[in-house]
Amino acid sequence: MAITKKQTEALAKQVFEYAPAPEAIDHVKVQPRYGLFIGGKMVAAHSKKRFPTINPATEKTLSEVVDADEVDVDRAVKAASKAFESWSHLSASRRARYLFRISRILQERSRELAVVETMDGGKPIKESRDVDIPLSAAHFFYYAGWADKLEWAFPNRKPRPLGVAGQVIPWNFPLLMLAWKIAPALAAGNTVVLKPAETTPLSALLFAEICMQADLPPGVVNIVTGAGKTGSLVVSHPDVKKVAFTGSTEVGKLIQRSIAGTGKKLTLELGGKAANIVFEDAPLDQAVEGIVNGIYFNQGHVCCAGSRLLVQESIAEPLLEKLKRRLSTLRLGDPLDKNTDIGAINSKAQLEKIQGLVESGIEEGAELYQPECAIPERGFWFPPTLFTNVSQSYRIAREEIFGPVLSVLTFRTPSEAVEKANNTPYGLSAGVWTDKGSRILWMAERMRAGVVWANTFNRFDPTSPFGGYKESGYGREGGIHGLMPYLDLN
Amino acid sequence: MATALSLTHLGSLMRGVRSVDEVGADERAASLAKRSIKKSSKLWALDLAIRCMDLTTLEGQDTPGKVAAMCAKAIRPRPGDATIPSVAAVCVYPLRIADCVEHVRGTGIHIASVATAFPSGQSFTNIKVAETEECVRAGADEIDMVIDRGAFLSGDYQRVYDEIVAVKEACGNAHLKVILETGELGNYDAVRRASILAMAAGADFIKTSTGKVQPAATPAIALVMMEAIRDFVRETGRPVGFKAAGGIRTAKQAITYLVITYETLGPDWMTPDRLRLGASTLLNDVLMQIEKERSGAYQSIDYFTVD
Amino acid sequence: MDVRKTYKLFVNGEFVRSESGRAYRPNGGGVNVPRGSRKDLRDAVRAARTAFGAWAGRTAMNRGQILYRAAEMLDGRSAQFVELLGGGVRARRELDQSVETIVWYAGWTDKLPQVTGTVNPVAGPYFNFTIPEPTGVVGVVAPEDSPLLGLVRRIAPALCGGNVVVALASETRPLPALTLAEVLATSDVPAGVVNIISGQRKELVPWLASHMDVNAIDVAGCTDQEIKAVEESAASNVKRVIKIREEEMSPYLIAAFMEMKTVWHPIGV
Repeated sequence: MAITKKQTEALAKQVFEYAPAPEAIDHVKVQPRYGLFIGGKMVAAHSKKRFPTINPATEKTLSEVVDADEVDVDRAVKAASKAFESWSHLSASRRARYLFRISRILQERSRELAVVETMDGGKPIKESRDVDIPLSAAHFFYYAGWADKLEWAFPNRKPRPLGVAGQVIPWNFPLLMLAWKIAPALAAGNTVVLKPAETTPLSALLFAEICMQADLPPGVVNIVTGAGKTGSLVVSHPDVKKVAFTGSTEVGKLIQRSIAGTGKKLTLELGGKAANIVFEDAPLDQAVEGIVNGIYFNQGHVCCAGSRLLVQESIAEPLLEKLKRRLSTLRLGDPLDKNTDIGAINSKAQLEKIQGLVESGIEEGAELYQPECAIPERGFWFPPTLFTNVSQSYRIAREEIFGPVLSVLTFRTPSEAVEKANNTPYGLSAGVWTDKGSRILWMAERMRAGVVWANTFNRFDPTSPFGGYKESGYGREGGIHGLMPYLDLN
Repeated sequence: MATALSLTHLGSLMRGVRSVDEVGADERAASLAKRSIKKSSKLWALDLAIRCMDLTTLEGQDTPGKVAAMCAKAIRPRPGDATIPSVAAVCVYPLRIADCVEHVRGTGIHIASVATAFPSGQSFTNIKVAETEECVRAGADEIDMVIDRGAFLSGDYQRVYDEIVAVKEACGNAHLKVILETGELGNYDAVRRASILAMAAGADFIKTSTGKVQPAATPAIALVMMEAIRDFVRETGRPVGFKAAGGIRTAKQAITYLVITYETLGPDWMTPDRLRLGASTLLNDVLMQIEKERSGAYQSIDYFTVD
Repeated sequence: MDVRKTYKLFVNGEFVRSESGRAYRPNGGGVNVPRGSRKDLRDAVRAARTAFGAWAGRTAMNRGQILYRAAEMLDGRSAQFVELLGGGVRARRELDQSVETIVWYAGWTDKLPQVTGTVNPVAGPYFNFTIPEPTGVVGVVAPEDSPLLGLVRRIAPALCGGNVVVALASETRPLPALTLAEVLATSDVPAGVVNIISGQRKELVPWLASHMDVNAIDVAGCTDQEIKAVEESAASNVKRVIKIREEEMSPYLIAAFMEMKTVWHPIGV
């Protein structure tokens, strides 16, 4: 026999650590430098400023992109304004066909897009492969079908497009957020200028190629790269009629203030501090999966993350034991490895923010738990983290950490759960775990949040509206409701 | 009754039996099935799959000749290749136990026999007990019993429990694997309840299926049963083994069960003492995969013995 | 000699003087009207917030019946309102349209979720639906002209969806609004669900716009300059600013005061 029983026991712990299973990257061609996508082609920028975009797992530079300036943004908006004339008058079924075509190309190039998304952003390949890219394609497919049915969506109205939409998206789901923004805008007959996040511009630039491949008329989609300044130029451009922003509540408020009085239509999808509430009768093992998926999915870089676990005191002990055990099975490391559960933190700045908040949690008296977990030497990493003994007043219970950090609080009665869950300026999502049907509906009714996941968490679908209450923003993305922000119904 | 827990204890366990959310369990199992096991890990997993295998024939047409051939394969799955281990056990009907004894004695391979009016379990308790005793007497050191699904589904948990206790007693030193026949239980809640019941009554292993009913073993069923084992161990400190059986035909499927075991019960269960895969046709696919890993070329069945 | 009426603010179901003790005479007329202060506004928001849960929790049919009752009461006092509105055909039309508006929205309470809610066919074993829910405390800056109809056109849809309201009456013609409060008080609208403050807009609007416990603000009565200022202040708590033309009457307007909530649940045995 090749392996003795004694060896087996040792090997079970060592060898079955799953050998590396890296996704092939040789089919992906990232250019060393990118221009801007304006008027249907990649053009040289007016701005001479460039910045590198790096792989957060290796800190290696992947490419250099433009820090677009006022002239660049103005060109992009002009191209979009010009294209709006013809695009908004194109027969709706033609518009639909372009969107269907884009959806198909996204599917055809899915592997390439997944790899780029993972390299540029640090998220595990299993997530970009199974979640980000398929959902992006699905989003275009869904809204493609709406393009020529708008009058059935809004009875008694003649829906008309608004004009140029200025869209600014975050780095946590780069291509998916692009799809959430561009698909409904185009279906409704608008044209767009989109600015991807500073740390994750590559999938948007790949999307520019896809627009060309789809023969999308020039100027219908324009992509300008840059940092916050470029974003503010996009939203404040006088010819932009519609602003859509996904990102932090802080920046969202700045945008709301900056476009005051301009008559621009605005939708905001901002931060969150969601409660994931587990009742004593919950299916515990699935609840543990939901908690893990709720906060450790995409390293917790999720605005709707279930970052506050509210657990009924009577089951806190067994639940936490299960949860801690489960945390020890999470695999942190190379995002391109198909078995990786926790990838790299998106940027150094984000890592520092997470570290700062975690330190505050320790200082305020919460009890830290992190499973044993080897951290790679290069790159930005943070182990899955769980805090117990957390009070509502602690910063880690109130502020959005946007990292793999869970704060655990307990409650005694359903009303106390409701009170604690809603005790936040945010209101994006909530989770409820219980076996009792009437309680699910009772809780769902009381959650002041735009999305309630009952006995599940972090599910997304193009047909399902997404967006927040209170300081989590307004307007919905997804579903029939996601069309409304891009249409004039008056 | 000696090994069984008291009824009071059973009562407390049964009250604590939680529901299982089907969709959540299915999704977790599906995500584990997506683990990518390569190279050295894969070879190790395939080796373990053989060592945990209950090589099985349960046909009306089984003969001494058929069983002899299977035993030869069990002892030496790949003639001429000493690096390939023997399987854990052979599994047969009661009348074929003697054939097994003749062929595997001294090899360390266990002899498992199905008993208790397999596969339906619709017979008298005293007959089931007698059958178990006969099997042990004939040389079986592992008994795969079926629970009385009729009693279980009608809510007569006591009867199911008592019967397992009685069969366990009849087993003596033989290990008892309790088949839940999950495909007949209706949903995961029932699977979980039956798992807890069987363990409380003294099962050494809990096993998914007879192989005679569809659906048989599935990754999600395995997950649900293993989660029940995990909770049972937490409550009582007594480790219970898990056996998947029915429909496991490919090396890839076998590896999925190993991954689920590893991530649910941990490395302590990655041993034939606590994990079994019951199968009649899985072995050759595992052998072909091992050869493929070693040689780098995809294999043909013509180069492997079909017994 | 007449017994003259003292006009009061309507806060938490009660008619109160301004805590400031101040009054003003709209258009230099002979009637004293309370000049509400930021503290009156604060009290009104507090009353509204307290009333919100129970009002939103009423059945849609019950809210519809209460609104309809308000329409009945308003219609019953039509002579008084026509006079307050200056008499004549125009005043009569404004009153009729106000009654009609409330009746129209009374009939919407139990239909809006059927028109704006959806069941979403997600690609997976989940049941998923979206329903409209009230956003909470809604501030309304009523239009200066059509002092009754302008206000009713905003209050009715906001209440229809289950919101609670703090409204600023027309500054120059506040009497119809303050008298509408009497109608609401004698119908079955619970205390705090509607609060009406009279006073100087310049003084009050900034406090309403910046109040952290106001979820939305309707600017139907604001000038462009005021809208800009409101929108700037509204950002402090990401308030929804509702800018829809004054004469709008539609489920889309009701929905503007609503949040869409989407609920997911697995489908399994």
